[in-house]
Amino acid sequence: TEVEETLKRIQSHKGVIGTMVVNAEGIPIRTTLDNSTTVQYAGLLHQLTMKARSTVRDIDPQNDLTFLRIRSKKHEIMVAPDKEYLLIVIQNPCE
Amino acid sequence: MAPKNPKQKSPNSPKQPTRGKKRSTMVASVNEEVEPVNMEVMGHPEIYPLVLTTKTQEIFNCRVDEDVTDDQPYKLIKKEDIFEDFKNRGAISDFHPVKKVIQEYPGDEILLVYDKDFKYGLNFYVIGTEEGKENYLNPPEVLEDQEEYKEYSSEEVYIYKAPVSKPWISLGSEKEIEEESVNEATKQTTYMISRKRRKFGAPIKFSDHNASSIKDAYIECTAYPDKNFTLQQVEKDVGMQVIPQIKDRGTQTRWTYPKNATTQYYPREFSEEEKEAVGQSKPFADFFDNVSVGQNSVEIALQQNEIMNTFIDDWKCLAEEEGTFVDKTDTQLKEYQSFTDLHSPMEKMITCVAWHPTIYGLIAVSVAVRLSFEDRVLNSGKLLLQPSLILLWSFSDPIHPQLMLEGPDDIFCFQFCPSDPNIIAGGCINGQIVMWDITAHADRIENIKSGGGRSKKPILKPMFLLEPDSNKEATYIRHCAVSSIENGHRKVITDIHWLADTFEINRMGAVFENRNGICCQLVTCSADCTVCFWDIRPQKALLPQTAEKKKEEVIEIPFDVPSTFLHLDLSWKPLAKVRLSKGETSVDHCPTKISLNESHISQTPVGLNTLHTFSSILAQDRAGKMEEINPYQNLEGGMAGHLKPIDEFCTKFFVGTEEGEVIYTDWKLERDPETGRLMSKKPVSMHTVHDGAVHTIQRSPFYNDIILTIGGWNVAIWKENVMTGPLLQSCCAPKRYTSGHWSLTRPAVFYVGREDGYIDIWDLLEKTHEPSLSQNICITMITGIKPWPSSSKQQLLAIADHFGTLHILEIPWTLSHPSSNEVSSVQYYFQREVKHLEYVAQRKVIRDKEIKQINMEKERKRSKTYQKSKEQIEAGLKLDYEQYLDLEKTTLISLGLLKISERRSFIDML
Repeated sequence: TEVEETLKRIQSHKGVIGTMVVNAEGIPIRTTLDNSTTVQYAGLLHQLTMKARSTVRDIDPQNDLTFLRIRSKKHEIMVAPDKEYLLIVIQNPCE
Repeated sequence: MAPKNPKQKSPNSPKQPTRGKKRSTMVASVNEEVEPVNMEVMGHPEIYPLVLTTKTQEIFNCRVDEDVTDDQPYKLIKKEDIFEDFKNRGAISDFHPVKKVIQEYPGDEILLVYDKDFKYGLNFYVIGTEEGKENYLNPPEVLEDQEEYKEYSSEEVYIYKAPVSKPWISLGSEKEIEEESVNEATKQTTYMISRKRRKFGAPIKFSDHNASSIKDAYIECTAYPDKNFTLQQVEKDVGMQVIPQIKDRGTQTRWTYPKNATTQYYPREFSEEEKEAVGQSKPFADFFDNVSVGQNSVEIALQQNEIMNTFIDDWKCLAEEEGTFVDKTDTQLKEYQSFTDLHSPMEKMITCVAWHPTIYGLIAVSVAVRLSFEDRVLNSGKLLLQPSLILLWSFSDPIHPQLMLEGPDDIFCFQFCPSDPNIIAGGCINGQIVMWDITAHADRIENIKSGGGRSKKPILKPMFLLEPDSNKEATYIRHCAVSSIENGHRKVITDIHWLADTFEINRMGAVFENRNGICCQLVTCSADCTVCFWDIRPQKALLPQTAEKKKEEVIEIPFDVPSTFLHLDLSWKPLAKVRLSKGETSVDHCPTKISLNESHISQTPVGLNTLHTFSSILAQDRAGKMEEINPYQNLEGGMAGHLKPIDEFCTKFFVGTEEGEVIYTDWKLERDPETGRLMSKKPVSMHTVHDGAVHTIQRSPFYNDIILTIGGWNVAIWKENVMTGPLLQSCCAPKRYTSGHWSLTRPAVFYVGREDGYIDIWDLLEKTHEPSLSQNICITMITGIKPWPSSSKQQLLAIADHFGTLHILEIPWTLSHPSSNEVSSVQYYFQREVKHLEYVAQRKVIRDKEIKQINMEKERKRSKTYQKSKEQIEAGLKLDYEQYLDLEKTTLISLGLLKISERRSFIDML
């Protein structure tokens, strides 16, 4: 299906370590990593996204969070939020 | 009386040996009669000194020097005469003092003696007893004669005279005894208390009683204030302190104390069906549409990352690593310390150096006598008496080595066991392997840095005072096992290594997994052209007769030697032998050094960051081992028979030989199909690159397959699996290279020692055709180089020289710290070199072809020109001939010898 294709395409990008889709409550729906890692990422990033969104909206209620990128020493975590779902991609930027 | 010298006692003493001492009667007479004073105090109570005036002397006819002479100093005076004198003169009579004595005198005549020498104080004396008189008159001569006889006859037999008890003369001691003795002062009173028998044991009934009710029932001593003892305190010391006003209050609260609380949870998950359901739903698909397309899609973000790393700091990457406080311009090696053994009588050289793997500041060197082979043979008798030592030096004491390990013969190489630094294996000049176990002394050498009771002052004593201190005995530690002489190597062992603790090999050379977790196998190579593998675990007895044999050979072992390797002592055989043969005809290869694959030797790359973990792991191991039994104590036989061999293990290794060849060969033994014996395989590749014996083959600590070989006058770097040749081969150096080592922290640096005491430091990133730095260390040949990263700020280099001195130098910052991308640069360099080699190989092929072509062309050309000229020559010859004919004709005509008409006939005649 298209969804599967999109996910496959994202996963095949250079440097991508893992991809997962999480629902609004933080329960993972689709993932390419193992269960324990997925669950950990899902729980933590879900809360962080909620916090980021509330921060943005507190400053300006007309505003909303569109994308969240967390750059760390080892890799970059990209979170694309939506009303009901969350797409999380972990990439190792090549150097 | 005037005090007399005791000398005079002696002549008088023989006079009175048997005479009893009479107590003089001390009669205190009330009259004016004076007590006669006798010479009791001097032991002659019968002698009463007297003064006789001349008148008295005349009366009694005892005038000095007339009647009384030296020959006859005495005079017998009648008692009646004296009494008459008393009557006549009364108190003024000279005899008055001794009147009492004379009155009591039993006999008739009294002996009066002239005391010429005033022996008793006065000029005359009277002897108051008959006995005294007799003794005086008679025995003296006899006794004197006896005395004389006694002096001359010394052969007289001693006659035993039984002691005769004498009556006791009191000297006043009974008073003291009386005082000291305990007497009852008063008589003791005895009481007898009785009671009727039936009252004993009767039940007691106690009742209360008021003491004051009965008169005199109690006596009390009431306290009363006594004016004598009342004190009035007039002064008082008081201290005062100002404090803030405080108020104490209390309330009651509910006290919460910390309680351990745990929460156990599990994440919420969807089951597979739910996931599918969600996946099929429409919002899911919409979400993906939103996310993947558009401005803020994930894919754009991913692509952004791929294009460029926006977070990189270009300035930072440009510069080298800063933050060092050490002067960067300093490039020379600095001398840190040096050690020499001053006690040995013969000149020694250092053959091998090794740092202790865990303890800082401890380095071991093996010393051997510095003699050529001929001299060794000539002096072999003397050499037997020399102890062959491995010395352990510590930085804290440069004069006395901490431990001295004794071996049977000069040791040429040794290694600490990587899994237990207390076990040391060494190879001797006679082909034996020696094992030491210094676990008993481990705590002694561990605490060296903390002082341990020795004086810390560096006292420089002159040479003749260098005797071992009383508290530092030379600790000779005997080896605890040696290999069997018949079955082991026949010549000097040139290299020894411990195999890693991850694998082990069996007799065929096949590799198995090592279950023990510790290093238990060794590999040695020796000048008898073999490489042997040894196992330190006890071998299972294959035949029962060996047990009997062992009973016969009972080896006495001294008490202080640990019995760790008792099973190996003198019966240790190699597990497998690999013979490096060159073929049927020529002499076998004589290996000098070997280098196994990095995964073979458990040598963790001693980088700065892993050193601490390594030592901490070992410390933990050691702590763990303290509680458990040391695994080396309880080694069981190899389990190789039960496990399957590991197939994909690389069993090849590098060998450097005496002739300067570098051989890459396999240690697996195979069965020769014809003879059925185990044969070693032929070497995979062999290159002769060096002009002298190869003394260093070493893998780089950073790259597993880069090998450095040093021998003769040049240096070569190889890559494993590249068979065509070395990656780098230096040109001949002016002086011979005698030792070398990679740097442990910089991948492009290695140190090479020369025979004139210089050390060449090569930096491959700087120059590859010559060393980048050359420094003089000592005056003689350098025999060993070993670097050691002791701490992150300090790196030390141990250099051993031919005269037996060990120099410790400090490596400057620039040589010890790698630049940020040095590892990758050097790797890239090696890759380039490999490519260069391949290119050269390819070019060689092409070149060969080209050369062939050129040669063929030349051949062809040469052959063609040869043919052409042949025809030309013929044509030329013909022409010449015709010209000659013409010439001949004309000359003959000119000479007139030939007429024109006869021309034809001349021609015809020709």
